[in-house]
Amino acid sequence: MGKTIAEKIFAAHLRDTPSPANVVLDIDVVLCHEITTPIAINDLVAKNMDRVFDPDRIKAVIDHVTPAKDSKTATQGLILRDWARRHSIKDFFDIGSNGVCHALFPEKGFIRPGYTAIMGDSHTCTHGAFGAFAAGVGTTDLEVGILKGVCSFREPKTMKVTITGNLPDTVSAKDVILNIIKQISVNGATDMIMEFNGPVVDQMSMESRMTLCNMAIEAGATSGICMPDRVTAEYLWPFIQESYTTIDEAAQDFKKWHSAPDAIYAKELDIDVSGLKPQVTYGYKSDEVKDIAEMEGTPVDQVYIGSCTNGRIEDLRQAVRILANRKIAPTVRGILSPATPAIYSKAMEEGIIKIFMDAGFCVTNPTCGACLGMSNGVLAEGEVCASTTNRNFNGRMGKGSMIHLLSPLSAAAAAIAGHITDPGKYI
Amino acid sequence: MRNFTGQVLFLDRNDINTDEIIPAKYLTENTKEALKPHILEDIHLEGFDAERDIAGKNIIVTRSNFGCGSSREHAVWVFEVNDINVVIAESFARIFRQNMFNCGMLAIELPSEDIDAIFSLGNNTVVRVDLEQNQIVAENGQGKKRVVQFKLNSFDQELVLAGGWLAYADQKY
Repeated sequence: MGKTIAEKIFAAHLRDTPSPANVVLDIDVVLCHEITTPIAINDLVAKNMDRVFDPDRIKAVIDHVTPAKDSKTATQGLILRDWARRHSIKDFFDIGSNGVCHALFPEKGFIRPGYTAIMGDSHTCTHGAFGAFAAGVGTTDLEVGILKGVCSFREPKTMKVTITGNLPDTVSAKDVILNIIKQISVNGATDMIMEFNGPVVDQMSMESRMTLCNMAIEAGATSGICMPDRVTAEYLWPFIQESYTTIDEAAQDFKKWHSAPDAIYAKELDIDVSGLKPQVTYGYKSDEVKDIAEMEGTPVDQVYIGSCTNGRIEDLRQAVRILANRKIAPTVRGILSPATPAIYSKAMEEGIIKIFMDAGFCVTNPTCGACLGMSNGVLAEGEVCASTTNRNFNGRMGKGSMIHLLSPLSAAAAAIAGHITDPGKYI
Repeated sequence: MRNFTGQVLFLDRNDINTDEIIPAKYLTENTKEALKPHILEDIHLEGFDAERDIAGKNIIVTRSNFGCGSSREHAVWVFEVNDINVVIAESFARIFRQNMFNCGMLAIELPSEDIDAIFSLGNNTVVRVDLEQNQIVAENGQGKKRVVQFKLNSFDQELVLAGGWLAYADQKY
């Protein structure tokens, strides 16, 4: 009987089996940011355990609130910065080079097919797009990861999601994952790894695959994962060209991680996206999803484009399909946060930033800020935001506010119209 | 080991998320103690009054998918600093459940019938978790009592006995 990709990665990293249902894995990269790591650092210092298992396999970034908004967030940055220096963690990204972790770390080539990665951040599942096992963990898991390079998990069960058909022009990976979560519910994949397969995924860019995997946690999944292939090899080529003579050779090698045809799945879901409409959330749970036509006319006060879900260059390119030569509605505040400096820079080169600005958007530096209501676009009570982020929990972007999750294209349409509307009207 | 006995706080809803348990704006705190007054500050639960309902409670009994959302361990620590060391639910989000055991605290899953039975005892219910017998003994002020069995993964149990994952891992790896 063959193994799934997750089972192969688990087997290749197995350190211990503390019970028949649990495994302890060796971790290839431990990723850190300034919100959940400083408290881990303080605890390790207090316990006389201020060590790191391997400074080259720890990557750190200040991304959640940057530039710091007050003394408390400045102190969190300070703790992380001092710690990175004292342990010679060379891959540390501060002001000027920092960006949203799940967009920045892939750009740097830190995540490769077959890797294991953990981070004190639930959207770490994003990195599964590279055919890696990447999971969000709490601070204690992070501490043990920093100290020992290991992490415990239950034996992996996998949900196979097969995506077929032709993606309509105004429908993107965001719409696909929202629709999947609607179908399986917010805990439909709890304790499972969501494995995204099928011709639609094969044809997706790494950016789109990251969007798919990013929201696996919103269905309760331990992680999302895609088969690493030529698209993966092309994206990673600057970092792997010393190991392979050609991109095709790399893609061929990656096949060793692919799930076997006779692998056993705990659950399967097939979705044909040919008839899929743009999707949008209407409530406080990520499975409360409707076709956008059903929410037509819902007024919005703010439109936010950015985050680890949809702040990449492909997302910005989608938005300007609608924003070019148009102005956002006078009742709307538009905010763009390109997810990394490289994306920001590329968007400048392509004239995308100018289109956003000419349309009336405020362009902020790369940061997680508004997505979790920390900074750079927090909402007042009663306000509504059309957002390309990943979580619509009650109060998340500001107490008493409402978030409607949608694609970058639909967000751009909402900005122009002043209310939620079908992006097809502007294409 | 921690205290696993006490008055029950009933939270009668599915999918209570980490932002409701401790909003993100408090993640800038660098001590657990600073989280204490903000427990369940943004919970969406009719009739719930954090100030009135939380005092003196040590055990939470709730429904399915408790602790979904963020990976923030603050959602566990805010219970810890309020002397709540046990959450009993139909099911948990993975990261929250792991964070509980990683802190040497208990996240116990029970079938919905057993959860209903504990809910039916009403306010003033006291629960005692017996880790040797794998039993939950729930009693209310009117002398009504329910005893239910639970299963704990042997590794999770070891984490509780060890006082958490850091202590366990430091010794073993």
